Amino acid sequence: MRVYLDNAATTQLDSEVLKEMVAVMENFYGNPSSIHGHGREARSLIEKARKTIANLIHASPSEIFFTSGGTEADNMAIRSGITTYGIKHAVTSKIEHHAVLHTLESMEKSGQIRLSYVRIDNKGHIDLAHLEELISEERSFVSLMHANNELGTLTDIEAVGELCEKYQALFHCDTVQTMGHYPHDVQKLKVHFLVCAAHKLHGPKGVGFIYISHQVKIEPLINGGSQERNMRGGTENIYGIAGLAKALETAYTEMDVHQTHIQGIKSYMVQQLASIPGITYNGEEDSNKSLYTILNVSFPEMEMADMLLFNLDISGISASGGSACSSGTNIGSHVLEAIAANPNRPAVRFSFSKFTTKEEIDYTIEKLKGVIFY
Amino acid sequence: MNLPVYLDNNATTPMDPEVLETMLPYFMQKFGNAASKNHSFGWIAEEAVDHARKQIAALINAQETELVFTSGATEAVNLAIKGVYEMYKGKGNHIITCVTEHKAVLDTCKHLEQSGGNITYLPVDEDGLIIPEELEKAITPQTILIAIMYANNETGVIQPIKEIAKIAKKNDLLFFCDATQAVGKVPVDVLSDGIHLMACSAHKLYGPKGVGILYVRRKNPRVKITAQIDGGGHERGMRSGTLNVPGIVGLGKAAELCSQKSDSETLRITFLRDKLERALLQIEATFVNGSRTSRLPGVLNISFQHVNGQALMMALKNIAVSSGSACTSASLEPSYVLKSLGLSDDLAHSAIRLGIGRFNTEEEIDYTIEQMTKAVNHLRAISPLWQMYKDENELNKV
Repeated sequence: MRVYLDNAATTQLDSEVLKEMVAVMENFYGNPSSIHGHGREARSLIEKARKTIANLIHASPSEIFFTSGGTEADNMAIRSGITTYGIKHAVTSKIEHHAVLHTLESMEKSGQIRLSYVRIDNKGHIDLAHLEELISEERSFVSLMHANNELGTLTDIEAVGELCEKYQALFHCDTVQTMGHYPHDVQKLKVHFLVCAAHKLHGPKGVGFIYISHQVKIEPLINGGSQERNMRGGTENIYGIAGLAKALETAYTEMDVHQTHIQGIKSYMVQQLASIPGITYNGEEDSNKSLYTILNVSFPEMEMADMLLFNLDISGISASGGSACSSGTNIGSHVLEAIAANPNRPAVRFSFSKFTTKEEIDYTIEKLKGVIFY
Repeated sequence: MNLPVYLDNNATTPMDPEVLETMLPYFMQKFGNAASKNHSFGWIAEEAVDHARKQIAALINAQETELVFTSGATEAVNLAIKGVYEMYKGKGNHIITCVTEHKAVLDTCKHLEQSGGNITYLPVDEDGLIIPEELEKAITPQTILIAIMYANNETGVIQPIKEIAKIAKKNDLLFFCDATQAVGKVPVDVLSDGIHLMACSAHKLYGPKGVGILYVRRKNPRVKITAQIDGGGHERGMRSGTLNVPGIVGLGKAAELCSQKSDSETLRITFLRDKLERALLQIEATFVNGSRTSRLPGVLNISFQHVNGQALMMALKNIAVSSGSACTSASLEPSYVLKSLGLSDDLAHSAIRLGIGRFNTEEEIDYTIEQMTKAVNHLRAISPLWQMYKDENELNKV
């Protein structure tokens, strides 16, 4: 049995999405910027996808720009947002994804901005009063994620948006982990930038989008060509874009069913893990209070802690110690460090999808017991 | 023969069926994140990426560790030029490029001008070639980079790459080459060509859209660039973001196919292009734009005097051609590339770019010759400008 419990790293492509993409690959090979028939067909496909996505999050199609993924979208929001508006102060948290943290750190290092970190508690919740304090002095750029990719801890982005509006801060929200899992309504959220990576929601790798509110107008991050209304140069990845729209549409159509299913999986795993003594959780284990796709388990101290993930993999279970984007390094998770988790207790992030079954969880629990009590 | 005939292979190419087939398993079965180090889904994805790196490195004679995957050539161009500018700005702020570069290069340079960069735009001669002496003259102590394309996207004209490289080397400058149109079409060898940074894109060589590479040399000299997209530190810190594994696998396969097919394909495509060119030049007052000797095999940029290029395109309902670069094709301005070759607005407006590729047949070329000749003659028959031109010719004869 092979059990894939690393859906926060990437997800399996949906067969319906693949069908859509292959049809585009086989039939639409024009360059969307070309004015002949081949090109116009490709162009109309892209505009259709843009409209689909815009409708789902209640945006206008002209507020959606396609990118190569979440990281590019985050960089675009942060770098271009800050540079265009000449903002000198940014606020983030220590548990953001590296796409946000490293980008802001690099801008701090080059002297473009001062960078402040909002206080967080030991589950990764931000301190809203501290945030207010930080942004009340001068116009700031706020970058806070909707759900943490290692802990699943959710941020009250409506409240953050209210505060940002009050102090005229620009608000960028990294929604890579929550897009397609919760409905986002930009008419209600006071947010300037949202981002999405298709491969986190059973769509293809190499494509994503950024929502840029009409209230702001920023410079492009990638110059050249007049694609994306001069906001993002480069020939469009048409099958990726078609796949992204299909994946998000599917996610929205099936959202309630999947949420119920995956919440059930997460609760079930918590319940089953209770039979292993000494287990605690990093972040929130209650699937109603956190991103239901992620469960970060803290195991008791043990010898060979380093081997835990390796042994799980031998047993056919794919999980992760943290973010895939830094999982190659031996440096411990910056997220766990920031919430002051005990570094001697090995942490494993299990992340679920609509394809995860209870049988897979049973299998995982059984193997976990074997690995821990060998 | 299937209509419409696609003769716009410089804008984009249809994917090779073998490429698509190679990509397919990486969507659903082997869907891992190549950065996942803890399980086999990740390892399988990483292995596939490494294999693609080998295939691409072999095509351009690079080392695998010298390739940075990007979302395409435009991003690679941005990364190269901005990345060098930021890394070497302690040394100087001057970049030398050329007026006929693709918008990806020109717009990036314009962007740098706004933040203190000093850019020289070299002119070209009537063949579309830069003049190496002009390049040497433009070099100042502040110069850090020469950015000249391998082959032009509108005319197919191939620049004197080795000469440019020699000048770069002599003056201790970096040489970035946008080889988007050339890779896979003519032999490109980063070592013997003397290129330090090079951009290319999969969808121009029968691979998928949304993926490309930047070649960054690691030895003689070791080139360093500042990342433009920060994050998880993928691609040795030069370009963060989850790798587009199926896209990369597709680019690798496309590169391998180009390596295998290059010689026979070049011969076949050159034959078709030459046949098309010979036949179209039979039409009165018709001119080929750009060098006919230093040129990519599949490209023909041709002007039919007093025939509006856009009108001709519309008349050729069953043939997909272009009046210039796809990236600027919605613009009504005459092509800046052709203008810099010294063409009048009229002749530039009457230009058509035909791009022949792997899947075009001789039958399609014959059909194109017939249709284009008919369309040009028809458009001229109803054109007062053409009538005036003819009358003038008659008068001159008297």
